[in-house]
Amino acid sequence: MSPTDVTPAVGLRDVGMAFGGKTVLASVSLDIAPGSVVALLGANGAGKSTLIKILSGVHPGHGGEVLVDGSPAALQSPLAARRLGIQTVHQRIGEGVVPGLTVAENLVFEELAQQRGNPFLNGRRVLARAREIQAALGLDWSDAVLKRDVTELGISDRQLLVLARALATRPRLLILDEPTSALSAAEAERLFALVERMRDDGIAVLYVSHRLGEIEALADRLVVLRDGRLTEDQARPFDWDAALRAMLAQAEEARTARPVREGEQGEAVLSLRGVRLFDDRTPLDLDLRAGEVTGVVGLLGAGKTELARGLFGAEPFRTGTLALDGRPYAPRRPADAIRAGIHLVPEDRHTDALVPGWSVARNISLPFLKSVSRAGLVSHSREDALGRATIDALGVVTRDEHSAVEDLSGGNQQKVVVGRWLAETPRVLVLDEPFRGVDIGARRDIGRRARALAAEGAAVLVLSADVDEVLEVADRVVVLAAGEVRLDAYGEDAQRDRVIQTIAVSV
Amino acid sequence: MTSTQSTEAPAKSTTPPTGATALRVQNAVIKYGFILVTVALFLYFALSEGAFRESATLLDTLRYVSVAAILGLGVTLTMAVGGMDMSVGAVAGLGVSVAAQTMVIYNQIGTVAILAVLAAGALAGLLNALLIVVLKIPDMLATLGTMFVIQGSKLILVDGQSITPGMTRSDGTTAPGRFTEGFLRIDRGTVLGIPVPVLIFGGLTVAAWVFLARTRWGRVLYAIGANPEAARLAGIRVGAYRALAYVVSGVLASVGGLILAARIGQGDVSAGTSQLLEAVAVALVGTSVLGRGRPNVWGTALGAVLIGIITTGLTIKGLPYYTQDVVEGAVLILALVFSFTRSERRTA
Repeated sequence: MSPTDVTPAVGLRDVGMAFGGKTVLASVSLDIAPGSVVALLGANGAGKSTLIKILSGVHPGHGGEVLVDGSPAALQSPLAARRLGIQTVHQRIGEGVVPGLTVAENLVFEELAQQRGNPFLNGRRVLARAREIQAALGLDWSDAVLKRDVTELGISDRQLLVLARALATRPRLLILDEPTSALSAAEAERLFALVERMRDDGIAVLYVSHRLGEIEALADRLVVLRDGRLTEDQARPFDWDAALRAMLAQAEEARTARPVREGEQGEAVLSLRGVRLFDDRTPLDLDLRAGEVTGVVGLLGAGKTELARGLFGAEPFRTGTLALDGRPYAPRRPADAIRAGIHLVPEDRHTDALVPGWSVARNISLPFLKSVSRAGLVSHSREDALGRATIDALGVVTRDEHSAVEDLSGGNQQKVVVGRWLAETPRVLVLDEPFRGVDIGARRDIGRRARALAAEGAAVLVLSADVDEVLEVADRVVVLAAGEVRLDAYGEDAQRDRVIQTIAVSV
Repeated sequence: MTSTQSTEAPAKSTTPPTGATALRVQNAVIKYGFILVTVALFLYFALSEGAFRESATLLDTLRYVSVAAILGLGVTLTMAVGGMDMSVGAVAGLGVSVAAQTMVIYNQIGTVAILAVLAAGALAGLLNALLIVVLKIPDMLATLGTMFVIQGSKLILVDGQSITPGMTRSDGTTAPGRFTEGFLRIDRGTVLGIPVPVLIFGGLTVAAWVFLARTRWGRVLYAIGANPEAARLAGIRVGAYRALAYVVSGVLASVGGLILAARIGQGDVSAGTSQLLEAVAVALVGTSVLGRGRPNVWGTALGAVLIGIITTGLTIKGLPYYTQDVVEGAVLILALVFSFTRSERRTA
């Protein structure tokens, strides 16, 4: 923990945030000492981005108090946050640079945007200031580079540009949100060296990452957010088992899955042979069996979504072969997969599944409109009946099937998305992060439906970063890391500690 | 080691009951506002101008707007898939030239001309589909491009001059054909006293409504417009459906071209240009009708009727024809205010 005699660069006191009655951040207190790197860990939806947004002035309506250099500060706007010395480098670097402007203009962009002083751009002055700013990061781009359009820079150089710009303001706190997600290993090394330098210069760094290896190498301290609360706070040396448990696992174990022993296994429904999830990784073999719920656990970037989308033909695998019930299966688009009986509940229901402005019934009937149509005309009575049947089967909480899907809670929206894929019984049902932003009740309901489907002889695949969510529903657990299978175990062999340990050593 | 606290952050979600009534009134105004405006204007013109009340005038109004309305139906289809067809006016103009070319220069009968015009419309739609679906050019830019290409190639087709029956061609011969009587009836004929263009407009409106609002294909078009990735992941061949929307739009525009050709009675090279903005205006007005905030067939038809009533009414009132554009523009802007005020509130 930070020594008490040092005034924290930034301190949070009971900071909370609620959207529409739902608490996303509950009473977080945290001190970030100058000259220290604090790593922030948390699964998706744990509240990390809300915390970052509060600190960068995007959510002025937060609860609690933020102290900057010991005195209360009002983070009313992104500009206010920057003036208080809080700089944020967002995950999407593309958002940080302005295409069409030169490298130099991008370096001085914040000063240009302030609209103070001489309104005319003076090429020489911009260039001189750009040289000063890049020096803050120890960069030595030549004038030729500075005069190029920023889009000619590679992704890592763009990131350096954004960092240099942030550092030129001499920030108290620098927030790095998943800074290495687009970088190669060598580029990441260069970034780490810079972070070390910032720490030595007395800058406080809040380092948000899913990559535990980076945190091990860089951080002085790690904190874990889960469901909007700080659940772990460690100084070096880090206890990774405890950190991962705090991040990924529920307090109590609630298993509903029935342990299956080898030999009792069903026949293979869908077989993968020599499939590469990432080009530079070992190919993977996997059989999904009838009557089983297979849970795939892995951190972000482990290849879960690649696996799900490949099986569904949304982004076909480039290598390897698939067989469905012994026959070759090579989906080139989702329509092929659906015809073969392979259904996908995608990772992000808002961007990939729901049609905004449509009723619950219409959202449910979308993939199988033919089944509620006669001679091409949609039968409203059949469509409504399908909607009601789905609402009943999954226990969707809604006024009726005509309600706008936006009016439902996250869990009930998810039930709608799951339910639409049960309108015709799938041979294989793939659920990618089906429990994200879903309350426990809805999670249990969805899990029960998945188990019932498996009991009818289908193969079910559940992919999630949350170990307990998977253990709760799966007969068999597969741990995926960097596109490779690290554990494939049934029932009692798939104990929680073993799964977490496998993830931890895969880091 | 751990520093966790567990006080719930305050979460409040209260709606002041007094605001509810105001909101309902506002909703009703937004939902029915445009229909009310249409009815009010109609009554105003009908009560103040005797000439406006005559059924011949009313039918003439509908006949006048039928071309823009039919083009607007095509625009509505492409808006349903989240796009916009800016080439409809040019395609209608192409139809006029193709009709003239077929009958006047090649001396063919009206049926051949009709088939040629419809084929030209379908081809134009396919060109749009190729640019948008295969080459991934943004809808509005692609169709603006085809608009110029179609206008330009039409000029080349007719050597830059309007094709009139009996005209002297560049090689000194006289054009052998003329617009056939049957073809001219597409605009001038009546069935049971109703002008043929009005019947075509009515029939296509019903057909388009059934297609968009009642069939599963229409449902799919709307799904693509609202969330293309969700549509794709629901197994929909998004590209094929978007192509379909543009081809149908091209064919509808060529139907408008047929009416226009029969109306002008010659291959006027400038025909169709003024129809584009009217068609787009009609479709955009349509999105605000009934407060749906999305393209819909009845809205487009009603939008066309509204613009017809306003132009005819103001003409009878003695407003010069050249003020028409300003009035139509004002109607369009008013409609957009209705649409966007609404959508702003929805997302809030």
